[in-house]
Amino acid sequence: MSHPYIPNSHPAIQRKMLETIGAHSIEDLYGAIPDSLRPKRPMNLPERITSEQALRRHVESILENNLSSRDLLCFKGAGCAPHYVPAVCDEVNQRSEFLTAYAGEPYEDHGRFQALFEYASLMGELLDLDVVGIPTFDWNQAASTCLRMAQRITGRNRMLVSETVSPERMSTMHNYCRSKMEIVAVPCDQETGLMDIDFIRSNASESTIGLYFENPGFLGNIETRTKELADIIHDAGGLILVGTDPISLGVLQPPVQYGADITCGDLQPLGIHMQQGGGQSGFIATKDEERFVEQYPSRLFSVTTTSVPGEWGFGDVLYDERTSFGAREKGNEFVGTGTALWAITAGVYLSLMGPKGMRQIGRVILGRNAYAMNKIASISGLSVRALDHPHFKEFVVDFSNSGMSAAEVNNKLLEREIMGGYDLSSRLSGYDQCLLFCITEIHSIEDIDNLSDSLTSILSNATTQSK
Amino acid sequence: MTMKEASGTKRSSIRDFHQARWNEPIIFELNQPGEVGIEVVQSGEAEEPGSSLWEDIALSSILRQDPPALPELGQMQILKHYLRLSQETLGADFNVDVGQGTCTVKYSPKVNEELVRSHKVAGVHPLQEAETIQGTLTILHKTDLIFREISGMDGFCFQPRSGTHAILAMASIVRAYHEDQGNPERNEVITTMFSHPSDAAAAHTLGFKIISLPQDPSTGLPRIEDLENALSDRTAALFITNPEDTGIFNPDIVKFTELTQNNGGLCCYDQANANGLLGITRAREAGFDMCFFNLHKTFSIPHACGGPASGALGVVDKLVPYFPIPHVVERDGGFTLEEDFPKSIGKIGSYLGVVPAVIRAYAWIMSLGAEGLKQVSQTAVLNNNYLLHHIRQMKGMDIPYSKDGFRIEQVRYSWQKLFEDTGISTEDIVNRMCDHGMHMWSSHHPFIVPNPMTLEPTESYSIAELDEYIQALESIVEEAYNNPEIVKTAPHKSCIHQVDHSWLDDPRKWAITWRAYVKKRDSGAYLESSVSIN
Repeated sequence: MSHPYIPNSHPAIQRKMLETIGAHSIEDLYGAIPDSLRPKRPMNLPERITSEQALRRHVESILENNLSSRDLLCFKGAGCAPHYVPAVCDEVNQRSEFLTAYAGEPYEDHGRFQALFEYASLMGELLDLDVVGIPTFDWNQAASTCLRMAQRITGRNRMLVSETVSPERMSTMHNYCRSKMEIVAVPCDQETGLMDIDFIRSNASESTIGLYFENPGFLGNIETRTKELADIIHDAGGLILVGTDPISLGVLQPPVQYGADITCGDLQPLGIHMQQGGGQSGFIATKDEERFVEQYPSRLFSVTTTSVPGEWGFGDVLYDERTSFGAREKGNEFVGTGTALWAITAGVYLSLMGPKGMRQIGRVILGRNAYAMNKIASISGLSVRALDHPHFKEFVVDFSNSGMSAAEVNNKLLEREIMGGYDLSSRLSGYDQCLLFCITEIHSIEDIDNLSDSLTSILSNATTQSK
Repeated sequence: MTMKEASGTKRSSIRDFHQARWNEPIIFELNQPGEVGIEVVQSGEAEEPGSSLWEDIALSSILRQDPPALPELGQMQILKHYLRLSQETLGADFNVDVGQGTCTVKYSPKVNEELVRSHKVAGVHPLQEAETIQGTLTILHKTDLIFREISGMDGFCFQPRSGTHAILAMASIVRAYHEDQGNPERNEVITTMFSHPSDAAAAHTLGFKIISLPQDPSTGLPRIEDLENALSDRTAALFITNPEDTGIFNPDIVKFTELTQNNGGLCCYDQANANGLLGITRAREAGFDMCFFNLHKTFSIPHACGGPASGALGVVDKLVPYFPIPHVVERDGGFTLEEDFPKSIGKIGSYLGVVPAVIRAYAWIMSLGAEGLKQVSQTAVLNNNYLLHHIRQMKGMDIPYSKDGFRIEQVRYSWQKLFEDTGISTEDIVNRMCDHGMHMWSSHHPFIVPNPMTLEPTESYSIAELDEYIQALESIVEEAYNNPEIVKTAPHKSCIHQVDHSWLDDPRKWAITWRAYVKKRDSGAYLESSVSIN
């Protein structure tokens, strides 16, 4: 029986091919595998679904049990956020050419190289930096690699990291970096979420690799004491590493402008669907200095010329010395399949948005968060952490005195077709019964009012019931 | 079509190919100040209540002064630019993509793309409460059970975001396991020179010392005595592929795993080369404690210009507690996500991994069933040996190791003799293959096999396509002996011509972004540069 995905599965074709190669059966080709390693029974798997339409119906019927941000009003962020995805972004990343290309040469895949070079160039403008790598798996990995790059550059062994980075990221960084450094968590004010500068000052020494913090932070707080922080670390000979949300950079300064030596973050906000986390993509960027460039583990594509005047070509920078493809374990960390399709997509997004679009979207997100924070803060029994401090895209609502647990609030919101904030209870110390809400450009003023009204109603019912 | 024609006795003539060539400017060169690509927010919204609340006061020290110098272009002009670039990219949907050995470039069914583009996948947030993602959790669970049966392992985790990421997860589990056993001094990982460089590199990243076993010059396989010499009370694990990138199956694999385990080490199977083995042989019977599959290779996920990808990581029972969190747990007729595993390595990557990759893999497996998966492997192996049979007869070709035998799913060939005869190298052939609309790959570094070529035809390509690829190679061999200049100066019919490599390792000239190029150009860095052909 022929299978549509296996053209040479037809028995007559197989017989002919076997005859050509001088084998009696396909089993002959497996002669090297000892009998003891051959299974004594066929695999016991679910029965095959033979038609495409039945397959589609089967998978769709399972996926019906998911609720999406189209089914519900989604206020979850924590590193992956509901943003508007321009149609052109999907049009480009669904092209067969980009979707199914892999590791072609700079000739037959010239377009892939150029699109990735342009991604780096567009991000370079957004970040005000001259070097941007091909992105890795996600922000967790990008941040982890930044720490390792900084360790190799400084040769030191203690890394200061803000304790309010995402708990997931902290876990990944610890696993990835602990053979090379001690990660010292910088305590943060539980009201503002901002780092204790005195702690940083007293811990900045000649063993300090540097300081990693995020701006805007995981809790949405914006760090404005950036110059002071950079001075403390640089005076001690360390490096400043900053994780940032690229969609904030039309309004907020790119980290290099306040002293960051290495910048990282996630591309997901830039025209990439959430996909339950499948849209994450971790970028790393630096100045164009050899001490940084030679420490990247990822591929770096440079523009160059060709034998034909006026023609652009591309190629890998320092491939042999730098990457594990070129030097195995002697290269920097490792390189493999990353998230190139999302890099191309982010490039399309930045092209579409242009300088004005990035500024507008940043202002809208800033403004709507201010609106939402003030609106929610006025609800009896709730408090919004750091209400007086500027936030971008996320903020913390404390339900400790509301009469309901944060989880119960989320359950009640679900009944009203609202996906509540990310529950920080037992995940981030000092944030028990707190929800991290995310407001982006997709949330209209009416959506925010809906959230606020729903919270008011849920909590007043709770108060009534408890009485 | 008669069977005689279909079976390749009548070969098609070589295609008169020319790739799209748009000579497309870099997008910054297209800048038209004032043009707009999209409006994401309604006009006026940026000025609505709240928008200036902080801007003037608290944020003043951190507001961006100069807008990013992004190009300004109309929407259709941007679309056209990127579509032209897409046409200058040779995806697997276009060419006979058998040329990227070790990477298993196969057909990614379109129906699976449609499934994951649904808002029931694309529009789902990764941190939603479990009761709102029962669909996804069901598929993760079902796919876990399927992979257990395919491999013999006791549990699977889909958090790693590539094969290399899965290797990193394996190395993390190895480290956590030995620390937990009170043996932190076990800090050496043994691998082989023909295993993927990521096996050595990712383990090394976590602090392991790497011992790479050389290959026996006659068999191409690692030698048992070399393994015995490498093993010690510092051995943490063996990281190995089988078949290795030569396509040769190591029949003594059980001796390798037994010796390692008898020395207290764990055995980790890099199954990047699994495409010939589904339903044929399993990690369990070969004695492995862990293994992983690349969903973007064996299980049909599109390669996407280099990711996102997915590495499905399987382990035996005793290692399940070390898995990344959360675990998908079946409870009361539904599924929950649970994190209370104190021995866990924590988060290897964010959230649940690349969920759409798992959904595609599930759909692909369900379209095949047990018999279909075996047919995938059998046909991939048959296709590989068909290619091998024809390429073996080419002038200037050498097949290092077990010259006359069959191979599993890929072969690492050598054009060394051709190079010695004609001066035409692997790289020259790679470039000339572009003129046929085809891709060909050499190998990872170091080039143990001189002038290498690694081909893996998978199950996706028809006999007519394999013949076309063979003919293209034959024609280049012919040219190498009779008209080498045309090969040396290739490509001629690709998007661009030979690239000047002199900028790439020169800090004064490399330009990794357009702004870096403009700065270097304006400072005169390229003035003395003449076009030099690599």
